[in-house]
Amino acid sequence: MGFFEKLKAGLSKTKEGFASTVDTVFSLGRKIDEDLYEELEEALIQGDVGVETSLLLVDRLRARVKEDHIKEAEQLKPVLQEEISKILLAGESGFPMKKGELNIILMVGVNGVGKTTTIGKLANYFVSENNKVLLAAADTFRAAAIDQLMVWGERVGVDVIHHQEGSDPAAVVFDAVKAAIARKTDVLIIDTAGRLQNKANLMAELEKMGRIISREAPNLQPEVLLVLDATTGQNAISQAKIFGEAVPLTGLILTKLDGTAKGGVVIGIKNELNLPVRMIGVGEGIDDLREFVAEDFARALFE
Amino acid sequence: MALFGNLADKLQETFKKLTGKGRLSEADVNEAMRQIRLALLEADVSYKVVKDFVGKVKERAIGSDVLESLTPGQQVIKIVNEELTTLMGAEQSKLNVSSKPPTVIMMVGLQGSGKTTSSAKLAKWLKNQGRRPLLVAADIYRPAAIKQLQVLGEEMGIPVFSLGDQVSPVLIAEEAIAHGRSHGNDYVILDTAGRLHIDEVLMEELKGVREVAQPNDILLVVDAMVGQDAVKVAESFHEAISITGVVLTKLDGDTRGGAALSVKAVTGQPIKFVGMGEKLDALEPFYPDRMASRILGMGDVLSLIEKAQAVVDEKKAQEMTEKMLKAQFTMEDYLEQIEQMKHMGPMEDLIGMLPGGLGKQFKDAKIDPKEMTRVEAIIQSMTREERQKPDIITGSRKVRIAKGSGTQVQDVNRLLKQFSQMQKLMKMMGDTKGMKKKMRGKGGFKFPFL
Repeated sequence: MGFFEKLKAGLSKTKEGFASTVDTVFSLGRKIDEDLYEELEEALIQGDVGVETSLLLVDRLRARVKEDHIKEAEQLKPVLQEEISKILLAGESGFPMKKGELNIILMVGVNGVGKTTTIGKLANYFVSENNKVLLAAADTFRAAAIDQLMVWGERVGVDVIHHQEGSDPAAVVFDAVKAAIARKTDVLIIDTAGRLQNKANLMAELEKMGRIISREAPNLQPEVLLVLDATTGQNAISQAKIFGEAVPLTGLILTKLDGTAKGGVVIGIKNELNLPVRMIGVGEGIDDLREFVAEDFARALFE
Repeated sequence: MALFGNLADKLQETFKKLTGKGRLSEADVNEAMRQIRLALLEADVSYKVVKDFVGKVKERAIGSDVLESLTPGQQVIKIVNEELTTLMGAEQSKLNVSSKPPTVIMMVGLQGSGKTTSSAKLAKWLKNQGRRPLLVAADIYRPAAIKQLQVLGEEMGIPVFSLGDQVSPVLIAEEAIAHGRSHGNDYVILDTAGRLHIDEVLMEELKGVREVAQPNDILLVVDAMVGQDAVKVAESFHEAISITGVVLTKLDGDTRGGAALSVKAVTGQPIKFVGMGEKLDALEPFYPDRMASRILGMGDVLSLIEKAQAVVDEKKAQEMTEKMLKAQFTMEDYLEQIEQMKHMGPMEDLIGMLPGGLGKQFKDAKIDPKEMTRVEAIIQSMTREERQKPDIITGSRKVRIAKGSGTQVQDVNRLLKQFSQMQKLMKMMGDTKGMKKKMRGKGGFKFPFL
């Protein structure tokens, strides 16, 4: 099943909410008036797009209606999809893999978004593309997090650099970067403990890990990915902002898109913070990690 | 957040334009209702729930209480707050207890909502009350989930029942309860695997577990950061297995937690506990009224007041409040505050409880525990007179203070600047009527800062 089908399959079981609201808004023969715009704004908010970005999208739609002399409400749906794609596409670059040198990926996020699981899938993805992969268990806080990553390491067939539970995560990062350089690894993926962004001490700990990476591998620009649960609401924006202050983020991974949540908040994040979505998680299986396609995503929001 | 950071402020603003009119038209109320609607949506309250809610508030607002009131803005906030509290459940809700032990509690929810951690916290909470809980590892899917529960159980000295990950959760539940009964456990907590509400196979499995376990409570564990999808998740779980309550997790974050309202509204089941941190004792009973003000962006002023009162001498606090509001606050008071604050717990917890706008101001100030120690050292290096009148601190005094405290002159400058900004802020607060009343009403409320 392709990404789009999988998304659709997940959504088909609950044919209510956002998609059906949008369909009502753009129903056949409806006049384009203030009520329509207001309903649309609500529909977007219902898709977790957020008030600010929803207002922006509605404004753009108004402008397009004028420019393109659109008269029928049903013509608006593809236009809205296009506008959403535009936001998501701006500055799109894909996974910036550098061949022949070490690529460091630091995975960060709040608790329970699926960092460890995503790392398992990501490792599998890179291995299948013939890369030499190394994992680092820098979540030394959560009980059994190291074991969880090691199970994934075994499944995928890659080594995991780890210390004891409760040890300094920065030390794990240090060892992992050293090991990755010595072993001529292509991709090093670092798992970190989930942390809420308003915990200053935990964010400082993360900052330290970032410092270790830039010190030990000064010529490498690490990929720092914020893992985001698709069910997350407006707090995701705060997450992206504050995590970015501790370690400059380069992208997002959106997980759990196989549920009924569509992760509309990434539109807001892209709009406000210009962070691209690198990958999406669409299931629990090892290969349920897909590349993000903006048009498909914009389309899936409405199907 | 930026647009509707503080609903209370917004409403005041909306109604300011109306003073002198003497009457509120329906159009005026409509504007206020729009603000409320957007604020609730920004707080992730479900769209459907917001619609019903705003309808209810509007009905009451257009009625007489607003029209007769002197400050319509405050009146509307009051109505909103009351309605929110009612919707959230009037009072605190307790666990159901079985007449024939063991009492069985089943924890269910999406992946990553915090079931395992909450199960452990709940077990600890029960143990602290003299109970003998048994934890049951029924998550056979996630790698190392069983190990996680075992590690936590060992840490707390609470037994964990497991049959490994090759036995069905239904069988695990059945044997666990028999085990609990024969080992004198009065509570059995089933930690089930995370699952999507649309995963029919796994939802069937839950029904099977419920069938054999006959739980007294089925608690849906919900992440406080969840967005509009909360409704569908809660509805689906409730429909499939009839939940009896909710545990709201990760509430120690900076989310508004509008999901709480949605989940309560669609299932009708109470929120029984909230998770307030990663430590195993960070589980608290749920207070509906406090959650209402948090969603509104008014912060958890009540909790903050309580927390402050627990460590601060009442009379002293009253004096301090008066001083703060009159901006007669000196460096000496500042030092005292820092010392008291050390006993109040981590800064970020306290900041999280502040009303929206203020919490943000303090957050922007970048609070760092080390900075607090530095400030303390600087003030301690000042003379009595300097502490009373920081204006007299000239260049040579600054050099002396910096030397005495082992800091740089820049640090001293920064502190002086912050202090004067703070005084301004306090003056501003003193001018805000509502705040003043709230602070005085509770026998003095000490404001944590720097």
